[in-house]
Amino acid sequence: MSAGRFGKHGGQYIPETLMNEIHSLEAAYERYKNDAEFVAELDKLNREYAGRPSLLYYAEKMTKALKGAKIYFKREDLNHTGSHKINNVLGQVLLAKKMGKTRVIAETGAGQHGVATATAAALLDMECEIFMGKEDTVRQALNVYRMELLGAKVHPVESGTKTLKDAVNACMGEWTARVNDTLYVLGSVMGPHPFPTIVRDFQSIISKESRAQILEMEGRLPDVVMACVGGGSNAIGSFYEFIEDKDVRLIGCEAAGHGVDTDKTAATMAVGTEGVFHGMKSYFCQNEYGQIAPVYSISAGLDYPGVGPEHAYLKDIGRAEYVPVTDEEAVRAFEYIAREEGIIAAIESSHAVAHLMKIAPEMRKDQIIICTLSGRGDKDVAAIARYRGIDLHE
Amino acid sequence: MSRIKKAFENKKAFIGFLTAGDPTLEKTEEFVLEMERAGASLIELGVPFSDPIADGPVIQAANIRSLSAGCTTDKIFETVASLRKKTEIPLVFLAYLNTLYKYGYEAFCKRCQDCGVDGVIIPDMPFEEKEELVPIASQYGVDIITMVAPTSKERIKMIAKDATGFIYVVSSMGVTGARSEITTDVAEIVEIIRSVTKTPTAVGFGINTKEQVHKYSSIADGAIIGSAIVKIVAQYGEKSGAKLYDYVSEMADALTK
Repeated sequence: MSAGRFGKHGGQYIPETLMNEIHSLEAAYERYKNDAEFVAELDKLNREYAGRPSLLYYAEKMTKALKGAKIYFKREDLNHTGSHKINNVLGQVLLAKKMGKTRVIAETGAGQHGVATATAAALLDMECEIFMGKEDTVRQALNVYRMELLGAKVHPVESGTKTLKDAVNACMGEWTARVNDTLYVLGSVMGPHPFPTIVRDFQSIISKESRAQILEMEGRLPDVVMACVGGGSNAIGSFYEFIEDKDVRLIGCEAAGHGVDTDKTAATMAVGTEGVFHGMKSYFCQNEYGQIAPVYSISAGLDYPGVGPEHAYLKDIGRAEYVPVTDEEAVRAFEYIAREEGIIAAIESSHAVAHLMKIAPEMRKDQIIICTLSGRGDKDVAAIARYRGIDLHE
Repeated sequence: MSRIKKAFENKKAFIGFLTAGDPTLEKTEEFVLEMERAGASLIELGVPFSDPIADGPVIQAANIRSLSAGCTTDKIFETVASLRKKTEIPLVFLAYLNTLYKYGYEAFCKRCQDCGVDGVIIPDMPFEEKEELVPIASQYGVDIITMVAPTSKERIKMIAKDATGFIYVVSSMGVTGARSEITTDVAEIVEIIRSVTKTPTAVGFGINTKEQVHKYSSIADGAIIGSAIVKIVAQYGEKSGAKLYDYVSEMADALTK
């Protein structure tokens, strides 16, 4: 069995063409992750370019309004490029540079990871090509232009459902065609080993900071840490440093779309079964013959038929719980946090906020919740308006 | 002797690929027999998958046509069982691992044995992951056919030593599909393979002309054509039989004698 297992999940289920390349990525990562110079360079980029550490913000108004647990938001939406994705891409693009690569490729769903990759590539002088489902290029046209402004070439992917999973397929295909000078900068804690580990390590800066911040502000650990889950990178980053703190409940919020009892859903943990896809063993939305299901969510960033293998493992051992949140609940949370706290949070993050609104009132006032706001919601404003039947023109 | 071994015995092999169920499974049965009549020594049947990550646009489209027409793993097994009443040509599946995993490795391999599937090529199961499947497959007499890629280098010997059936030598980088030029040094790869095993080799990925068939069948033990055949089915649909016969005859005649 290959390396990179989380219980039975994970592994390296990829074409032979990529095996030597993935092994050299493993070796490079092992070499640089503790290399003083690499760590210092990345730390400098995180502080001086991405704007870290991100705030841990006490949401006093929402706490009072919901009449329950104390609510803190980990503000990844305030990072440069507007989401947690920058944490991972700065690390991976810097690693690509150390490996002597001159070109990075990446998939993107909503466009957040594509924008972040294009940003890091611009800063670190790398060629950059982004693969994005045709459907998503229409839903997120502004992000396509944003990537082009940053010097990236965007390839609309016309195959399959023309969304995130097809963008991953196309990106993997492109990588098998050209490995020598190219690194695939994967956007989530998914894919073949070592990606789930690399991305988790770069994203765990979220919980490294939030754990120290809450100890500083409250003198104790939180009762709940929660985040939205698509592939699961902001969630694993938010959970990671708390996994050993057994009294901290970890909750991942999935996109249920129209509901887990409909076929318009992307809630993998709720409706998925074990499978092998996109290089990993994990849970996937699929039919009885293993055909990957077309999934749906209002959020392009959570619109993925699988989940990272470490989340699958945390579910198996009962360390983390995963709950489905519908489009309607997420949109209401999007509107609520805007009016209550003056924060326009991403529709992805709004899935976590929606579940927070359910559990906070049931908790005691001396209990604490940390909810990660993975990104800002400017990109979603037009879609939310459409959802509410409002016709917007820019 | 296994049907696959016989296909390579004292002769070069021409291997043709069809996506099962494109446009229908009845037609797949007819096309296999046409290709055999035209001189194919082994047929690769693609089990359609929603997300064929190692395939180019031509085979991707065939997967969609087949799935849209209602093809399933069980129906393909029935087709193979029906074919086995008419032919002894070796039949191997090309299937993505999730198809087997979801069916259950044991149940899948048993059905292969019962229906007469001789081997399975799994493009997303590299050497390091094969242990979860190979012992079960060999219990049911099913060869798991491994691939060697242009990037395999020092991995070639390790893969070749354990190989069963035949070794699929991937001649080009990237996904499946016809190419006008192949730059990989296939001869060098085949030489390394032959230094450690007698398992035959067949070259595929990008081959579509008789010149290429001639060249690679002189270097290796066989040549594989996929996308170029599937393209004929895409163009002529249910009426592809005669066209497939003509094309495969031409290609099989180009084999090094």
